[in-house]
Amino acid sequence: MGTRTLFDKVWTAHEVVPETADTPAVLYIDLHLIHEVTSPQAFSVLKSLDLRVRRPDKTLATMDHSTPTVTEQVFGKIPIKVDAAAKQVRQLESNAAEFGVELFDMLDARRGIVHVISPELGSTQPGMTIVCGDSHTSTHGAFGALAFGIGTTEVGHVFATQCLLQRKPKTFAVNIEGELRPGVTAKDLILHIIGRIGVSGGTGHVLEYRGSTIRALSMDERMTICNMSIEAGARAGMIAPDETTFEYLKDKPRAPQGAEWDAAVTRWRALCTDPGARFDASVDIDASTLEPMITYGTNPGMVMPLGGAIPQVSGNAVYDQALGYMGFHGGEVMLGKPIDVVFIGSCTNGRLEDLQAAASILKGRKVAPGVKLLIVPGSQQVKRDAENLGLAQIFKDAGADWRESGCSMCLGMNGDTVGAGQYSVSTSNRNFEGRQGVGARTLLVSPMTAAATAVRGKIADPRELL
Amino acid sequence: MEPLERVHSKTVVIASTNIDTDQIIPARFLTTTTKDGLGRQLFADWRYLADGAPNPAFILNRPEAAGCQVLVAGRNFGCGSSREHAPWALLDFGIRAVISTEIADIFKSNALKNGLLPITVSDATARWLFANPGAEVDIDLAAARLTLPNGAATTFPIEAFARHCLLHGIDELGYLRSKLDLIESYEAARRW
Repeated sequence: MGTRTLFDKVWTAHEVVPETADTPAVLYIDLHLIHEVTSPQAFSVLKSLDLRVRRPDKTLATMDHSTPTVTEQVFGKIPIKVDAAAKQVRQLESNAAEFGVELFDMLDARRGIVHVISPELGSTQPGMTIVCGDSHTSTHGAFGALAFGIGTTEVGHVFATQCLLQRKPKTFAVNIEGELRPGVTAKDLILHIIGRIGVSGGTGHVLEYRGSTIRALSMDERMTICNMSIEAGARAGMIAPDETTFEYLKDKPRAPQGAEWDAAVTRWRALCTDPGARFDASVDIDASTLEPMITYGTNPGMVMPLGGAIPQVSGNAVYDQALGYMGFHGGEVMLGKPIDVVFIGSCTNGRLEDLQAAASILKGRKVAPGVKLLIVPGSQQVKRDAENLGLAQIFKDAGADWRESGCSMCLGMNGDTVGAGQYSVSTSNRNFEGRQGVGARTLLVSPMTAAATAVRGKIADPRELL
Repeated sequence: MEPLERVHSKTVVIASTNIDTDQIIPARFLTTTTKDGLGRQLFADWRYLADGAPNPAFILNRPEAAGCQVLVAGRNFGCGSSREHAPWALLDFGIRAVISTEIADIFKSNALKNGLLPITVSDATARWLFANPGAEVDIDLAAARLTLPNGAATTFPIEAFARHCLLHGIDELGYLRSKLDLIESYEAARRW
């Protein structure tokens, strides 16, 4: 069989029918995650064809994108403010009931952002194929799963057959060596990688993050890395499972138990790229010299070291448009710029370690006057953990707004938005024009940088507050 | 789905690179539960002013864009979110093909499944199209050939099975369901 990459192993194990020149592979899907925004039209297709969800046991539904984060709206004392969102939520409830799909509804203690809840339940496991109608499905690659976002038509395909028609992507090794310095996080690393390979550098490829830096990361950190693979255009991002992975999954509610656990770990240990296996592309990154990173433009590849100056580029209308939207000029220094809103949360940085990192800066400090700090846990479980560990109290004491879980201000379709022209320093994944609200200006950073910025009221280096 | 063999139309050009799906249709319009009428919200934040009036400077609001079925855009069109609402909005507006030097993976897949042709061309062809907005182009899907009004023709890559389905109006789900016996065998053979 020769030497194979991690991706090759997972792909081959799921080929129901291999691809030919004329036809794509029929690829089996182990776990189908769904949410309220990209599933309604797929359920409609099933209804029109009189089909069932073929494997409801491999399907899990939650509500996250359009759901409010205000406690009174979540728990029904006052109605969901956005009418259409309320309709979408009701539609998922009725679809899940009709098709026998397990749903974590608004009141469920296990509800949260789809990419946060599946790992914390232990549903996400090494070697699986995982899809969801959401581009940040790449998050689950942190466990050595092949996980990627699909459109709604494909959601319907998985409903009806538990399979997808797929062409085999190419492979791309991202080799990362060296120790991250204090105050430099996984978020800074992935922003650096995207800046290095570009926002379409990974198109058509599955990235495998490799090397000593990756091995030293926790699962929460690895999820932050894999989450943003799509921001480099990649089909997916993967990290080979190891002891860190097994330690995380052990005793999770839906992880294998007892003898099945031992058998699973034995199987999972083989999920690594064989020595000498070839990748179609590669890049080498020295993590030891990295600084905290911040975006300055309107895509995640427009990124720079926090202490640096915005690059000066002449004769590029697209670049000028991006900086014009942001209200910046080439050559400007970012540190010290005043901001309006700080958002800590999302499927990129809404897990417990992200909140712990933010709390390490916010403890005993106050949010600067005039700045709004919104902290939204990635799941209700993360919320409970943060409350039990005293993090929520630190946030509230600092003057932050502490909410129920959801996608929240990452994409401004649930009532949490940034105002036109306002600057938002955000731990989310996209700084596209209008992403956080019409006219909103987004600067992507790590939770530590976000917290330091909230305290100072202007873009600040977290290392000054460590 | 209706068979699709040819698109023959004038082009409309939006030369920006990295046009993401949040620009094609902003997230706040994704609270719909149908595919209908999304063309109204296509490029909403570029197309309408703050008061809701059409932005006269935006190309899709200009008379020369009327009836154009081919959008020519800068590199990495359709990056970002997996929302299929993006091709739905383009199709509802009347766009049948997008030409760029690079088109993002998920958008490309979604487009093909809805009869919107994602066509990648060389830098040279893109430069010509950018320099000649409104050019009347011909797209022959069977031959995978784009012909410019000056007679220059270029072939474009397109996934063979998707092309076959589009040319013959075949629904991919029907093909997948024809493999259900193999899918059941696969499930039965797997020991984990």
